Amino acid sequence: MKNFLKIPNYSNYKHNDNNFRQNNSLSISSKNCKPGKVKAASDTLLKRIHKHRALYIFMLPAIIYVAIFYYGPMYGIQIAFKDYNSAFGIWNSKWVGFKHFKDFFGGYYFGRLIKNTFAISFYSLIDFPIQIIVALMLNEIRNYKYKKFVQTVLYAPHFISTVVMVGIVTTMLSPSIGVVNHIIELLGYERQYFIIQPAAFRHIYVWSGVWQEMGWGAIIYLAALSNVDIQLHEAATIDGASRMQRIKYINIPTITPTIVIMLILRMGRIATVGYEKAFLLQNDLNIAVSEIISTYVYRRGLVGGQYSFSTAVGLFNNVLNIIMLLIANAISRKISETSLF
Amino acid sequence: MSHIKDTSSDKIFGIVNSTIVTLLMLIVMYPLIYVVSCSISSPDLVSRGQIILFPRGLTIEGYRRIFMDENIMIGYGNTIMYTVLGTLVNLFLTLPTGYALSKKELPGRNIFMVYFLITMYFSGGMIPTFLLVKSLGLYNTRTILIISGAVSVYNVIICRTFFAGIPKELEEASIIDGCSTYRTFIQVVLPISKALIGVMVLYYGVSHWNSYFNALIYIMDNNKKPLQLFLRKILIIEQMNAAMTSNITDDDVYAEALKLKELLKYSVIIVSSLPVLILYPFLQKYFDKGVLIGSIKG
Repeated sequence: MKNFLKIPNYSNYKHNDNNFRQNNSLSISSKNCKPGKVKAASDTLLKRIHKHRALYIFMLPAIIYVAIFYYGPMYGIQIAFKDYNSAFGIWNSKWVGFKHFKDFFGGYYFGRLIKNTFAISFYSLIDFPIQIIVALMLNEIRNYKYKKFVQTVLYAPHFISTVVMVGIVTTMLSPSIGVVNHIIELLGYERQYFIIQPAAFRHIYVWSGVWQEMGWGAIIYLAALSNVDIQLHEAATIDGASRMQRIKYINIPTITPTIVIMLILRMGRIATVGYEKAFLLQNDLNIAVSEIISTYVYRRGLVGGQYSFSTAVGLFNNVLNIIMLLIANAISRKISETSLF
Repeated sequence: MSHIKDTSSDKIFGIVNSTIVTLLMLIVMYPLIYVVSCSISSPDLVSRGQIILFPRGLTIEGYRRIFMDENIMIGYGNTIMYTVLGTLVNLFLTLPTGYALSKKELPGRNIFMVYFLITMYFSGGMIPTFLLVKSLGLYNTRTILIISGAVSVYNVIICRTFFAGIPKELEEASIIDGCSTYRTFIQVVLPISKALIGVMVLYYGVSHWNSYFNALIYIMDNNKKPLQLFLRKILIIEQMNAAMTSNITDDDVYAEALKLKELLKYSVIIVSSLPVLILYPFLQKYFDKGVLIGSIKG
């Protein structure tokens, strides 16, 4: 981001171009190459903007899209402080201050939602070390073809849709036809209806996630590991370091910055549990543990029609995320000198 | 490293490591193999728990029934349409933006970067977005499924980093030859960015193919619903109902109908996931690069 302050070296090609002109008598039609523009250093901002106008046009569709669909909804956040009435619209609905926030914080579900959301979120952090270990182990496989094959298999679940994944899980855990229960019965135990058991929900949620993202999440560390200087390994080997020691003292330190960055980013989402999966795994019997902030927003807002209240809950969630991100970033900057910003 | 001789303990390490990785791979593979096996096995054996790993009593009845199921066919057609058109919109919005942002000399580049980055951390949320979509008249239209998520800022950053890595000389040469920025982008930059385009097609394409929640929120009409919504009904909602009732009924006819439904379930999982599972290994060699460059923010 610091490049903005530097005088950019955009004059490069003009100089080249100028030489080109002097040596050849070809006429150049591009507007960017007019001789009057050679005095690069003295270009004003407006001139520079004019010169790059095509690039702004490149960005224009995305800028408009983001303005409408990403910034547009931010305008609607105000209904969190209003009583939204569709007859009046967003702007003309009545202000009610923090009423909806008070209702939410004082409500019966507040404690439960926070607990469920954070319980799943922190439990899900288990895939962090798992992905790192998978990467370190894959990195030690020397047969290139075998390694590629293993990677292909480990990546596959990432590409399966949430619906299908939850479908596979419910089927395999089904009390009547599920293979897991067939095995449980063969071992002499009683069949279990896992999907409706509140005690099983978090385990199902987290471990199906581990299954799905174990390989995919490892990619980033694998890529970081490919940057390890091979001479370090050679030197360490000559000094008698075992493979385990080389992993510990060379590989892990190399990928530590990546791990830290990933961890900070993860903290920025710690108050968000993907509603897509939780919603699909939810049912009336496990709702006490499976209801999380985001599914609650959906249920109260879109199903229940309480737009203002749900918007307040969603806003609370978003702010919580940002605070967590900033805290994680600050801590990391202190401890490891690696930070996002 | 091959010229360095392993000590015997290192050899043991290698063997143990490979064994664990292989076991891990088998664990990850198992549910997938199980589903494939069930999809081509006799439904009788499947529901009695006779299928553990390999298929038995081969039949392709499940696959035949998919093509007789009107809803699945509607969903499949819709999903293909949403994925193709949606991905085109994605590319049209993402690639040029990433290219423009990769130009260090672009005045105001950082302002635009911040403009995009903010949306990664702060959003209006589900309800205000829903109200916006409604007020734009996009509720219950196919358009909203095609354009929702049209710009992924994360992907824009991947593009930006990729384009920044293209040697300047190439573009300079093309501009000297009299190409406009547009022509340079289309005729010089894009043809050497096949890896990037491949990764983008995959990322965006897969997310269109697999998404269900937008359709759940925005689409009412059955004939506009994508495959994933029908899958949700077949795989999860009916599954719940079936599991609750199958323990209490011994009705033969009902049991038979249930078995056929079960059969359909496995085959529909395969048919819906296959396009993606076939596509991604071809693009795998680009992943490492694509994901890495995306993660390094600047």
